Amino acid sequence: MNNMKSVILVVILIIVGLLGSGAFYTVDETERVLITQFGKPIGEVIDEAGLQFKVPFIQVVNRIEKRILVWDGDANDMPTKDKLYITVDMFGRWRIKDPLQYFLRLRDERSAQSRLEDILGSETRNAVARHELIEIIRTSKDRTQEVDPLLADVDISTLLPITKGRQQIEADILDAASGKLAEFGIELLDIRFKRINYNESVRQKIYARMISERDQIAERFRSEGAGEAARITGDKERELKTIESKAYREVQTIRGKADATATAIYAGSYNQSREAVELYKFVKTLETYRSVIDSNTTLILTTDSDLMGLLKQIEPAR
Amino acid sequence: MATQLRTPDLSQMRLPGGFGPIIIVAALIVWTLFSAVFTVPAESVGVVQRFGHYHSAVEPGLHFKLPFGIDQVTPVPVKRQLKEEFGFSTPGATFQDQSSAPGQWTLETTMVTGDLNTAMVEWIIQFRIEKPFDYLFNVRDPGDTLRDVSESVMREVIGDRTVDEVLTIGRQEIEATAQVKLQDVVNKYAMGLRIDQIQLKNVNPPEPVQASFDRVNEAQQEREQLINVARGEFNKAIPRTRGEADQRLQAAQGYAIERVNEAEGDVSRFNALLSEYNKAPEVTKQRLYMETLSEVLPLVQSKVIVDESATSVLPLLQLSTPKTKEPL
Repeated sequence: MNNMKSVILVVILIIVGLLGSGAFYTVDETERVLITQFGKPIGEVIDEAGLQFKVPFIQVVNRIEKRILVWDGDANDMPTKDKLYITVDMFGRWRIKDPLQYFLRLRDERSAQSRLEDILGSETRNAVARHELIEIIRTSKDRTQEVDPLLADVDISTLLPITKGRQQIEADILDAASGKLAEFGIELLDIRFKRINYNESVRQKIYARMISERDQIAERFRSEGAGEAARITGDKERELKTIESKAYREVQTIRGKADATATAIYAGSYNQSREAVELYKFVKTLETYRSVIDSNTTLILTTDSDLMGLLKQIEPAR
Repeated sequence: MATQLRTPDLSQMRLPGGFGPIIIVAALIVWTLFSAVFTVPAESVGVVQRFGHYHSAVEPGLHFKLPFGIDQVTPVPVKRQLKEEFGFSTPGATFQDQSSAPGQWTLETTMVTGDLNTAMVEWIIQFRIEKPFDYLFNVRDPGDTLRDVSESVMREVIGDRTVDEVLTIGRQEIEATAQVKLQDVVNKYAMGLRIDQIQLKNVNPPEPVQASFDRVNEAQQEREQLINVARGEFNKAIPRTRGEADQRLQAAQGYAIERVNEAEGDVSRFNALLSEYNKAPEVTKQRLYMETLSEVLPLVQSKVIVDESATSVLPLLQLSTPKTKEPL
């Protein structure tokens, strides 16, 4: 009985001892574990999440991140090939591919980050210095811009052509840095430009250029307005003159034709025979008297006239 | 992480005897129960890890797990629409990385366009956690990562467009393109997220340039106004002149008809006279002559009848009375 009790006690003490000494440990889904003994890695890297066992006291658990990690670079000022000073902010994704190598070379994430900053920072600087600004701004070579119909005729700034483009340059940096990082057990997954901005000194010039470009567009609009208005006014005048002159021409033609017709009618009748000519002259002369002689007329009639002939003699003198 | 020290305590506590052990056992049971029960909120799933190993994902409601930290539960709000804002912040954040510190906003929004101009772009992304496992275990700081990627993708899209496209006509296309690109990167990292939407908010030229963009708009209005005024003048003058021209034309046609009718009337009167005249020319002539004179002569107030040989009177008359003389 006593013996039995002491056995149980011993077992319990062993369990307590194991637990207390940290022989058991858990591995999370987000990590891998490297066991070291007196600072020296022992055995395989433990990649399976769950409960694990190690030799207490002498073996130490080193947890190594399994997830994709961030490298968020500092924003740095650097010149491009076309001597524009820009502020570049990069970020990259990386993970620990070879935990053993990583552990031996770097030990912890802090030194990994500083190594990443060194390598990626300098590769970025190189890449930016080798390319013109537009190459790291634009991505697709074949994109053509759409133009606002309102701005269709205006001289607006256009998409500048590129030969490589941002993604290609990012890929170049990735290639250049990957090799250097591989020896640290780090796999660089990608590196991307997060922010690219003009440096303060350049910015003012860019703004001045944007302002002058807009002012030029505004002037263009004003001038277009005035020009178009003048054109419409010109159109109006031409149209007015056309309408009026056409009307004049037609009026004159109609009147002329009417006059001609009337003349022909008169001639046809008055000229039909010798008697007609004679009668017309006679009648017309008489009509003329009616219109010419009025109350103010002084009429001197001689006695040899047709009217007064009889005053002198019965047979008129002829 | 050797935290399970309570079990051996039990055996040690048995020594004093009395009520002590019972209270301790009761407390232990209560604690065990509490640490074995958990609830998952309605819009989430609970991801259960046993000794750190992924065990299961449980639906909303009350659940049991192994106590003492053996099982650990992380609720992941899979049904909630999450949002990240760039360049601004709305109150009531539901997601820890929903917006950045106000000091970052200008840096976040300032972008270089494909014509090397600058635009200030504010936007939001709306997304959901689609695969809780990927979300928790594939990427550290997924919210922060999404912010970085979103900024990068948006600049990539803006960098391929002119400032005019960005500010006016290109907005929808930018949203759609950025969404596709963002989803691609998110898939590449296996972040377990689905991007529902990207919306551009305020998109402006930089502050110092703003006024010049406004001037362009004004000039545009001015242009339209000038053209409209001129068109107005045109429309005022032309139809009226057309009408007046028509009027003159009609009047001319009236004249033509009148002229011909009058001529025909005159002629038919003359013809009628002629046919009678032809029958008795002398008499008719005489009659017409006399009729005319008898109508005309009474009007004349001073009539002088002289002998045909007395011509000397004429000069006298002309001197005394400056009147029209009509010798026959």
